[in-house]
Amino acid sequence: MTEATAKKRDVSFRTYFWKRRWLYLMCLPGLAFLIIFKYIPMYGVIMAFQDFSFKKGIFGSPFNHFAHFQQLFTSAKFFQVFSNSLLLSVTRLIFSFPIPIILALLINEIHLKAYKKTTQTLMYLPHFLSWIVLGGITTNFLSMTDGLINDMIAALGGQKINFLGSTDWFRFVIIITNIWKEAGWGTIIYLAGLSAISPDLYEAATVDGANRWQRIAHVTLPGISNTVVIMLVLAVGGLMNNGFEQVYLFQNDLNIAVSDVFETYTYKIGIVSGRYSYSTAVGLFKNVIATALIFSSNRIAKKLGGATLY
Amino acid sequence: MELKLKRKRGSIHRGADDYAVSTIAYLVAGVFALVCFVPFLLVIVYSFTPFDLYLKNHFDFFPERYTLDAYRMVLDYPYIWSGYRNTLIIASAGTVLSMILLVLTAYPLTKKDLKGQKVIMMLWIVTMFFSGGMIPDYFLVRSLGLLNTRWALILPGLLGCYNLILMRNYIEGLPSALEEAALIDGANDLQVLVRIVLPLCLPILATLGLFTIVGYWNSYFSAIMYMTKRNMWPLQLVLREIIFEGSAAEMQAAGTVADDNITSPFLLRMASIVVATVPIMLVYPFLQKYFMSGLVLGGVKE
Repeated sequence: MTEATAKKRDVSFRTYFWKRRWLYLMCLPGLAFLIIFKYIPMYGVIMAFQDFSFKKGIFGSPFNHFAHFQQLFTSAKFFQVFSNSLLLSVTRLIFSFPIPIILALLINEIHLKAYKKTTQTLMYLPHFLSWIVLGGITTNFLSMTDGLINDMIAALGGQKINFLGSTDWFRFVIIITNIWKEAGWGTIIYLAGLSAISPDLYEAATVDGANRWQRIAHVTLPGISNTVVIMLVLAVGGLMNNGFEQVYLFQNDLNIAVSDVFETYTYKIGIVSGRYSYSTAVGLFKNVIATALIFSSNRIAKKLGGATLY
Repeated sequence: MELKLKRKRGSIHRGADDYAVSTIAYLVAGVFALVCFVPFLLVIVYSFTPFDLYLKNHFDFFPERYTLDAYRMVLDYPYIWSGYRNTLIIASAGTVLSMILLVLTAYPLTKKDLKGQKVIMMLWIVTMFFSGGMIPDYFLVRSLGLLNTRWALILPGLLGCYNLILMRNYIEGLPSALEEAALIDGANDLQVLVRIVLPLCLPILATLGLFTIVGYWNSYFSAIMYMTKRNMWPLQLVLREIIFEGSAAEMQAAGTVADDNITSPFLLRMASIVVATVPIMLVYPFLQKYFMSGLVLGGVKE
């Protein structure tokens, strides 16, 4: 009896599988990619708990009872990197988050189509260029010798500023270049939200005697407030990430005290100095906090009723 | 436009508030756009300006003399060409493979009744929240024997969960009547995908494909990790060396035999930036056509 139903189920499963064989075949390359390039590295994280050596490999290296983590939490350098990462990402968030919103509100008030399109085209451009190009332009323009900005400061009677070689100016340079690259592009998500606001609302507000400021305050802003909140929540979720490519370009011996963040630190101790296990432990610590942040921020964004990551 | 506005707002006059808002909007947006763009313009101008003229006036958009020396030297530099070749191969092969994998992976995930579909989707979503990190990634590429091969820059980033979700949502939004008709006519799922679904996906593939090309073109992090041989470097890494590590001097040393007057490293850096950026500038107008639609797809989907 039970054997018969089991057999029946087996046969029906086989016909089901055969009927949909092409769909399952399509899944295979993606699954192979997923396992090899996403899940095997996740397994590789156990290096963080080992005294890893090349000879023994991941499977043979002995576990070391969290020695790397003990070292980590007693290392002053680690806490410096931790605080550098958070200080940089938090100041960056505070200064660069509002700018796309303001720009989008302003672009929304431009009615001359050609002007609107031209300004948008120009401010989206830096998003498509590499950090090497933007960083290269920045370092040349900020240079102490014959650099455009410092020569202008000197011409106006000011003292030349060592933007690139001082701890005081590092975050400023990162934030400004970040705004340059991404603020214009960041307006798109808000402009999409703005275009969804019904013109009827504006008309009704006008009939009720609202002037243009009041229409912005009472129609436009509420129209995108949901998007703003969700973008903010998602940005908070990304606070552990500073992005390797930008920070590494502007990093040098003179500003290393504030510029060393998780991404650059794991790269240098891991890939450059070859302390693989310890570097993996640092990366794991960062990843765990980042995961918790993204996860909770996603939950909040979902509760607020907006678009989430999935 | 004015007419339309007037009609919309009936008999209400433009007041002081209207002029204030318009002035601020036009001014601030315009100035920001210029601040974004002028540095590129200056780089192009500087790359043609003899260094002594640059020193005299940094804002001379039409210098009295031009020079092509910097371009000559940059184009004589062999690593610019190997960098170009590597980047072109990586970006084009990477984008084509990425789009194929994207469509193949996304399509089965749109079949809600497919057994196992949910599990695969969960496996993908996990990758959004957790990853192995830099060192395990490095070891994977190393143990696959991919160090110093172009595959090292193509494969690890071939498909991301975010694009996958966009693609899945897009296909789900397509009308399913055609698909069902084809299935009834005896077509198999692969034929349905290739003949019916794929042609309808071309707009989003264009958008995501262009973003993917730009991504491959611009990144340098994976190259700095996986490529130690200089002739395997992509363009961005070559450019990084010229700008940040003074290989402009090396270029000079190689070039001075033929040239009487030494081209300044500054000019070489400016010319290199232009040479490396031209292709992106050329595709930019096409990109622009697509990215509005692309982001609307990405932003508002739930």
